[in-house]
Amino acid sequence: MGRGVAFALEGVHRSFRSDAEGEVRALAGIDLAVAAGSFVALLGPSGCGKSTLLRLVAGLDRPDRGVVRGLEAAATGDGAPLAMVFQDAELLPWRDVLANVALPLELLGRPAAERARVAEEAVAQVGLADARRRHPGELSGGMRMRVSLARALATRPRLLLLDEPFAALDELTRMALDDQLRRLWREAGITVLFVTHSIAEAAYLAERVVVLSRRPGRVVLDHTLALPVERTHELRAEAAFARELGVLQDALRRGAASA
Amino acid sequence: MSARPLARVLPPVATFVVGVALAEVVIRALDVSPLILPRPSAVFAAATQEAGTLLPALAATARAVLIGLALSGSLGVAAAVGLAASPWIQRAFYPYAIFFQIVPIVAIAPLLVIWFGYGPRAVVAAAFVVSIFPVIANTLAGLLSVDPALSDLFRLYGASALATLWKLRLPWALPYVFTGLRIAAGLAVIGAIVGEFVGGGGLGILVTSAMRQQRTDLVFAAVGYASLLGLALFAAVGFASRLALRHWHASETER
Repeated sequence: MGRGVAFALEGVHRSFRSDAEGEVRALAGIDLAVAAGSFVALLGPSGCGKSTLLRLVAGLDRPDRGVVRGLEAAATGDGAPLAMVFQDAELLPWRDVLANVALPLELLGRPAAERARVAEEAVAQVGLADARRRHPGELSGGMRMRVSLARALATRPRLLLLDEPFAALDELTRMALDDQLRRLWREAGITVLFVTHSIAEAAYLAERVVVLSRRPGRVVLDHTLALPVERTHELRAEAAFARELGVLQDALRRGAASA
Repeated sequence: MSARPLARVLPPVATFVVGVALAEVVIRALDVSPLILPRPSAVFAAATQEAGTLLPALAATARAVLIGLALSGSLGVAAAVGLAASPWIQRAFYPYAIFFQIVPIVAIAPLLVIWFGYGPRAVVAAAFVVSIFPVIANTLAGLLSVDPALSDLFRLYGASALATLWKLRLPWALPYVFTGLRIAAGLAVIGAIVGEFVGGGGLGILVTSAMRQQRTDLVFAAVGYASLLGLALFAAVGFASRLALRHWHASETER
């Protein structure tokens, strides 16, 4: 275990220029340290800069001020150091399931035999072995998202970033994927940063929830959940869970009012 | 493909048969001069009796069209890739690509003959000039519409510009390329025939000489063959598109 990587954001600011609103401050002074192997949910209202924060961690964008630390070390791992799952599955529609999952390995220049083996494994891991020759157009939304998850895991990343990945799915599919994600996290021992605007999803999935305010995004609450490691659906009906929901909801309200 | 191909083929065929029969009756009843408007039966007779001259002419035109279309397809896609490289390149060169769209082919055909000489090369050039713009415009639209999240994904795994072009941007643009080729196919036939009016050969020169001999029936027969050529090309592009996109693009998935 312990493949996960730690990272930290220190005093991170990021603004954008928009034609409609002029200067838009997405993030204003974010400090956030994430421990190796932990599961952190980033909770906030829509448009609070959650996705911006994720892109900064992924290295797809740079902060105006402040630094993102720790991911240099991850680059020495045996896979791509980090993987990302987007709001939509973002599959290549012309490739079948296996070829989609193999894409990152292909881009990293891995030999064909290894690509085939790892892709088969990853597809089986998310329970899609029977659908491996089908194209995304022939899959349901939930299945597509599982392919996306398998693609992210195929490179054995040390940090997994998820940007409201299950937001567009129906409630039952979403719960099933939540369980699958938690199981994969516990098996692989990787660090997970999960962006969501759902209080219940954040509480059910994560060990620790960071609540962001409305734009410009600041940390309103950094809270470690007092919930058991073993998460089952019965938990959703328990008093401890309801209590945590209340704490998160309060913080979210405060964040919405403060701006 | 529809489960009942007959239901698809029957309506246009019926329209054709009824239309031709109606034309035959009306032209006979009004006793129109065959110099102005020959009866369909006379056109069919010319089309079969003169097949010895029409078919080689058709083959020559078809050859020029195919070469012209192959050139505009490949160079058009290449030009679009170049234009998509940066907004600056696009701003600098796209206005000149539009030149190909607005150029009056009838006016430029003599120029092409001056540059390429009488014969098939000028004809190919004419087919190329009129058919490249839709390929450029559609391919460019496709290349610029790539999902930004997918571009992020490729960046995340350190994909080279070439890998991104080959594995993401070109496949993404493929449906657009086919749309461009479909439009280009019809235009290439027009371009080739206009080119032949001036540069000689093929159905184009056959039309002009039949006109001089006052063989209006032969003019119609040649026009008919040219239309068939255009239709066949359109169908061929459609078939290729279906073959390439059937698994994944909404425009070609089975309904």
